[in-house]
Amino acid sequence: MTSRQLMHRSEVAVSVELETPGMTLNIGPQHPSTHGVLRLVAKISGERIHEIEPVIGYMHRGYEKLSEVRTYAQITALVNRIDWVAGFANEVPFILGVEKLVGVEAPERAQWIRLILTELARISSHLVFMCSFPLELGASTPLMHMLRDREHILELIEDVTGGRFHPNFNRVGGVKPAYGGGSKTKKQSMDLPAGFFKRTLKAMDLMDQTCEDIDTLVTGNELVRARTIGIGVIPAEKAIEYGMSGPNLRASGVAYDLRKVDNYLPYDQIDFDVVTRTGGDSFDRYLVRVGEIRESVKIIRQAVDIIPAGPLQAKVPRVLKVPEGQVYSRAENPKGEFGYYIVSEGGKMPYRLKIRSTSFSNLSILPWILVGQLIPDLVAIMGSLDFVLGDVDR
Amino acid sequence: MNIWLELALTLVVMLVVVLTASLVTIYVELKAGSHMQARIGPYYAGGRWGWAQPLADGAKFLQKEDLAPAKADRPVYRLAPFVVMMSALGIFAVIPLGPDLVGAKLDLGVYFLLAISSFSALGVLMAGWSSANKYSLIGGLRAAAQLIAYEIPLILAVVAVVIQAGTMSLIGIVDAQQATLFTLGGIEVALPFILTGQLVSFFIFMIAAVAELSRIPFDMPIAESELTMGYLTEYTGIRFTMFFLGEYATVVGFSAIAATLYLGGYGAPFLPESMANVAGPAILLLKVSALVFVIIWIRFTWPRLREDQLQSMAWRWLIPISLINIAVIAVFKVAF
Repeated sequence: MTSRQLMHRSEVAVSVELETPGMTLNIGPQHPSTHGVLRLVAKISGERIHEIEPVIGYMHRGYEKLSEVRTYAQITALVNRIDWVAGFANEVPFILGVEKLVGVEAPERAQWIRLILTELARISSHLVFMCSFPLELGASTPLMHMLRDREHILELIEDVTGGRFHPNFNRVGGVKPAYGGGSKTKKQSMDLPAGFFKRTLKAMDLMDQTCEDIDTLVTGNELVRARTIGIGVIPAEKAIEYGMSGPNLRASGVAYDLRKVDNYLPYDQIDFDVVTRTGGDSFDRYLVRVGEIRESVKIIRQAVDIIPAGPLQAKVPRVLKVPEGQVYSRAENPKGEFGYYIVSEGGKMPYRLKIRSTSFSNLSILPWILVGQLIPDLVAIMGSLDFVLGDVDR
Repeated sequence: MNIWLELALTLVVMLVVVLTASLVTIYVELKAGSHMQARIGPYYAGGRWGWAQPLADGAKFLQKEDLAPAKADRPVYRLAPFVVMMSALGIFAVIPLGPDLVGAKLDLGVYFLLAISSFSALGVLMAGWSSANKYSLIGGLRAAAQLIAYEIPLILAVVAVVIQAGTMSLIGIVDAQQATLFTLGGIEVALPFILTGQLVSFFIFMIAAVAELSRIPFDMPIAESELTMGYLTEYTGIRFTMFFLGEYATVVGFSAIAATLYLGGYGAPFLPESMANVAGPAILLLKVSALVFVIIWIRFTWPRLREDQLQSMAWRWLIPISLINIAVIAVFKVAF
């Protein structure tokens, strides 16, 4: 107080004006563009954000703890639900980790089926992004078109696995044998449903059309460009620093794709490109995903050509006992690196399962990237990061 | 006729016409939007084509509880929807449906229109401030900023018309568009203003009108994905319905203004003068429908702009362009 008394009256007036407190705006947990229940506590003045703190945990379902009292086969049904727009892709790294612990390897055909379904899940996840991202900018039309086209993909996944979002299709040592294919004898009929590859190729042709639609509806839209180009630029170092992965990282110019780096499914036999952009802004993150849909279509077309005949299951004991050991298994999910750290002390259930979920790591950049942005840009940036709250909170 | 009876009759007719037009606009938006978005839209209500959907929606809203937040400034909060509605209905008081079919024959009709249409921003600001909600407040302030930015190009676009017509009376403006410009092979040709030099100001008027209506791409005051529903966030039931109906009535209202100022209003080529009062409303309706459809079409085509982008568009582009436009039109007016 003493310093204030010493000041001249005019100076006091100035300092009072400077001390005008900002407004604290609680964005979420119930808010249209927080993809569920993310909460952001923002200190704003006008519409400019000065400080932002994400609060997560509103959707914590305790999957890591639940896994400790479930057998490995039951956990597959849980991990489906982490990132629910790409259920199948979540299963793959988990089952690969368990297979590594047990020491079995799935037959080749099963590996290829996993690869095809993972790519289908990737397309479906990116199509959801194509719905939500323009919607957050205020364009409601792409939503309906992309959801309609996603049905073609979901139908394929449903054909094979019986589930649209939660396939629960992977087994240790292979995939679930599906009825209805092959010739009449029972043994051969445990395969993919008849005509699946034909339908897949047809759906891929439709996806080409969808990509054209995306380009005409969104990519070329002047206002989308005005709202996203140069907004939310994440430089490559920052992206790596914050542990980002997947399309968000590749949009910043880092060509890091576990499909190329890790060689986990037969991706090495397929010719595809890692889509990268160098701008690192919201529009580039969007473009990377459009490119990845095209690449996935390419991958699936090749996989359908290559896929060998053979069994779907390796010999695995009926009651699976996993030997003592630990493994970290990861895969390139639609949203980025998705990993499981499995600790087994022997027996039917894991001792501990740590889930390294993609959206959680991708979102950790929010307090850095959102400072100094406007509220409309906050929505554009969050939309371009493509997160799912189930994937953040687990 | 007794003046009070005449006034009551005019009011009732106007109210019915405006509310029906708004409901039809809502229906068209539901249905046309659906077809643009690869879906069917309302289907069951009313038995066929879902024609009764706006009525059903209205009936639903009427049943909802009329809530006001605990910390709301209640009198203001309750009054705000009426202000918006009044502004929307006021537009129709001076729109001529025919040479004699007009609520109030004002010599300064254009002036009245501009005044009453910007009145709705007051209601929006009232709603935003009195809701005691931060989202509402930001929405209300955005609406106010938008009004200041867009009222000027709107007025300047209309000034160009007034200069060309030489009158501020709406009927006078329609008459000016029916005046013979030249005779071609014995046929007297009259053209609406949009074809006689007002194309630029027509586009400026439409852009500014969409901004004033706060519809996509200028719906920042509502901005569902940013501000939940902006100034509408806290409103429920009948008061929300009034905002909603008011918005669509204003869509029709601004389309009617544009049709009158630029597309020849109730007039049409080769229409005998004796028919003007009978066919006038239908001709105006046709023109209004086309403009309403364009406004709906825009909504399903573009995303939302940012507030600062809108401001820079208004101040750096639309206002200079409309000033040049006025100068050019004034020069032509004096020269010819």
